[in-house]
Amino acid sequence: MIALQRRASPSRLMGYLAPVLALGCTLVAGLILFALLGVPVGLAFHAYFIEPISSVYGLSELAVKATPLVIIGVALSIGFRAQVWNIGAEGQLILGGITGAAVGLFFYEVDSWYVLPLMILASVLGGMVWAGVPALLKTRLGVNEILTSLMLTYVAALLLSWLVAGPMRDPDGFNFPESRLFHDAALLPRIVDGTRLHLGAVIALGIVVAGWLLLSRTLLGFALRVNGMAPKAGAHAGFSQTRLVWIALLMGGGCAGLAGLFEVAGPIGQLLPSISPGYGFTAIIVAFLGRLHPVGVLVAALIMALSYLGGESAQITLNLPLAVTGVFQGMLLFFLLAADVLINYSFVWTRKATQQVESL
Amino acid sequence: MYLKLDREHGLVMTDNVPDTLATSVIVPLVDMRAISKSYPGCLANDAIDLQLKAGRVHALLGENGAGKSTLVKILYGLLASDTGTIRWAGNLVHIDSPSAARALGIAMVFQHFSLFDSLSVLENIALGMDQDADNDLRQRIIEVSARYGLPLDPDRSVYTLSVGERQRIEIVRCLLQQPKLLIMDEPTSVLTPQEVADLFATLSRLAEEGVAILYISHKLEEIRQLCHEATILRGGRKVASANPQEESASSLAALMMGSDLPVARVAEVRKTGPVLFSMDNLTHQAGTTHGINLQGLTLQVAAGEIVGIAGVAGNGQDEFMQVISGESLLAAPNRLMLKNQPIGHINAAGRRRMGLCCVPEERLGHAAVPGLTLTENVFLTAHHTKALRHFGLISHRRSREFALEIIQRFNVQCHGAHSLASSLSGGNLQKFIVGREILQSPTVLVISQPTWGVDAGAAAAIHSAIRALAQQGAAVLLVSQDLDELMLVTDRIGALCAGQLSQMHRTADITVRQVGLLMGGEIAA
Repeated sequence: MIALQRRASPSRLMGYLAPVLALGCTLVAGLILFALLGVPVGLAFHAYFIEPISSVYGLSELAVKATPLVIIGVALSIGFRAQVWNIGAEGQLILGGITGAAVGLFFYEVDSWYVLPLMILASVLGGMVWAGVPALLKTRLGVNEILTSLMLTYVAALLLSWLVAGPMRDPDGFNFPESRLFHDAALLPRIVDGTRLHLGAVIALGIVVAGWLLLSRTLLGFALRVNGMAPKAGAHAGFSQTRLVWIALLMGGGCAGLAGLFEVAGPIGQLLPSISPGYGFTAIIVAFLGRLHPVGVLVAALIMALSYLGGESAQITLNLPLAVTGVFQGMLLFFLLAADVLINYSFVWTRKATQQVESL
Repeated sequence: MYLKLDREHGLVMTDNVPDTLATSVIVPLVDMRAISKSYPGCLANDAIDLQLKAGRVHALLGENGAGKSTLVKILYGLLASDTGTIRWAGNLVHIDSPSAARALGIAMVFQHFSLFDSLSVLENIALGMDQDADNDLRQRIIEVSARYGLPLDPDRSVYTLSVGERQRIEIVRCLLQQPKLLIMDEPTSVLTPQEVADLFATLSRLAEEGVAILYISHKLEEIRQLCHEATILRGGRKVASANPQEESASSLAALMMGSDLPVARVAEVRKTGPVLFSMDNLTHQAGTTHGINLQGLTLQVAAGEIVGIAGVAGNGQDEFMQVISGESLLAAPNRLMLKNQPIGHINAAGRRRMGLCCVPEERLGHAAVPGLTLTENVFLTAHHTKALRHFGLISHRRSREFALEIIQRFNVQCHGAHSLASSLSGGNLQKFIVGREILQSPTVLVISQPTWGVDAGAAAAIHSAIRALAQQGAAVLLVSQDLDELMLVTDRIGALCAGQLSQMHRTADITVRQVGLLMGGEIAA
């Protein structure tokens, strides 16, 4: 019979193979699901994975969807490395969108270079304030940041609904719950004509490099990693845990806020009641799928972006519900967590049914 | 010589072989043959034979990683051996779980206790035995504890008890099952000398009643006092059987290590310089409910001096170390002085910059990060003092060079600077950590339990490194529970008891027994 045996040391190879294995399992399980829904498997595969990226426009859309995932995913991985569990990036994204849009609308029709930088600054600060609440509660009162950051997401979503229906509603918008369309100076420049690919994608790549540098080469990144692996050793070295919690949460909040601005000032161009199809939550999967490594996050973000595009494409060509996207993302995380067991354990065949007891 | 419990005289030494031993049965109670067990990447037990006889105290000796724990876990059913047989009183048995072992009559007292702090002694014992905590059990506890000299109040809550008392609970729990074989895993590492004497009396009494005892320890003198037989393991193999009473401590150590033990020199009187480190009436409230409050500690350590702090674990050592290292800060900065500057408000990194280096007791997870390489673990504490950054970025090259220097100068056995800290054996990791701090050339070194669970060779190397540092003019504060170590290395000695520090004495003028009294809180000694 098969038993799990603890490896002498964690397998490096499996660390890289587990995401691949999880992707394979997701694919197989997804195709089985399609078959059960009565959709021809070949057609479904093509619609979901091939069609979305078989044109330049499709590829640019992939990058557009991947941009917020990369920006948030990198920041979340850094926090997760430090065992700071910011689950509320979605809310921080919404807040960044709100504050950034507010600045853009405040300077409405002002055609100057400083409008966009100010919007960016405002969005980062907005995200940071939203993430600062869990940081304050955790460092002062010991409240678990998972709960507070998650709950604040819903507060942010309701705040956005109220703002677009009230104070920030377009005065000429026939009472639709939307803001004005941003003027040109408040929109991100596009980098490829005829597509929605915007400056944010370039900044996202910059964030990947910055994140990698931070984690691998700076004392702060080292302190964050040590705090995650052995907090007492961090204290021994003199790293302040309170400070690290603040930094991890503010970094996540700032990046999520920035991603929020890139959505409203990029593809959307105004403030709507909903400005994100759950990028903040998907970025959590991206972070783990990318092994909490900035370069891995980049790859994982592209894969998850494809799941969004594939879901839309499958909806259009095969009449499948959009929920398929969520199912795929959920299966991927599920299989990934299962495959991760193989990093620390290996399968062995045992001759008889002896009980494997771990050494104490 | 034998230790014997005499009804009139208490614990006495005797040269006469006790009657019960002379007539011990021919068939061994336990007969383990050719036991092998491999882990991925290492052969922990290689065809080991072990025979235990009723009424005999059998020592299992070996350095760290020699395979003692594995062998014992196989006997107690915690691990399955790959090959080999176990006979119990002549019958072939298959011990596949601790409950099967207990059913045969095997009981084990672990090094680390598994007790619930908030429950009473009675409730803890009842839980371990799957019984109701009723009056019947209370009566039996009182009987057994009286009979074997293990005073224990069944209704006390465990968190109010000392480590020695907690160990008694574990022993009583075992004895209630009337075992034929009692396994003791390093039982004395947490006890005061008086508690050790009491424990030995109990064990001798049990042996006289015909119980076989398997005694695992590093402490050679203890084994010579207590044990009748010894099996010595090295590198997973059985290398010798010996009669501990016919061997000297150094000949046993030689068997254990495969070479003659480097003899530690007796501490000579050193010239001391100005006071480098001092605490003046230091008081600190513990952050946690079960923590120990430090009260009115006053201490001075001069350049070139090694000062020892004895004490049984749980008397405030953790808090003491944290206050000194800077992991806990003080409200009144000037209670703690380093080179005449107040440091009570400065954090650990700041104190290290000023020349105060610490080695905490816990190697993995506190002094070093298990999942990081040795190179990265060097960076952990030496990034500033050894300038391991280049334009603000981590210099892996400089970190690796420093790690290799430590590995070479302290003879650390490992695959190289890229080895994970968790892959090193306890002794080697400790040498690495001590080396890391000493090579930062601290003016004050504070070191806790430097040789706990470390084999004799590594211990000798660590001791001589500490001495050499003091000789170069550093002040050294050594916190330890190992009295032999303290007597060997230190110039002055005191003890921490219930968060209070005893008076300091010159090590040359004090006996082990007097230190034991200090550890027990007899300040006047």
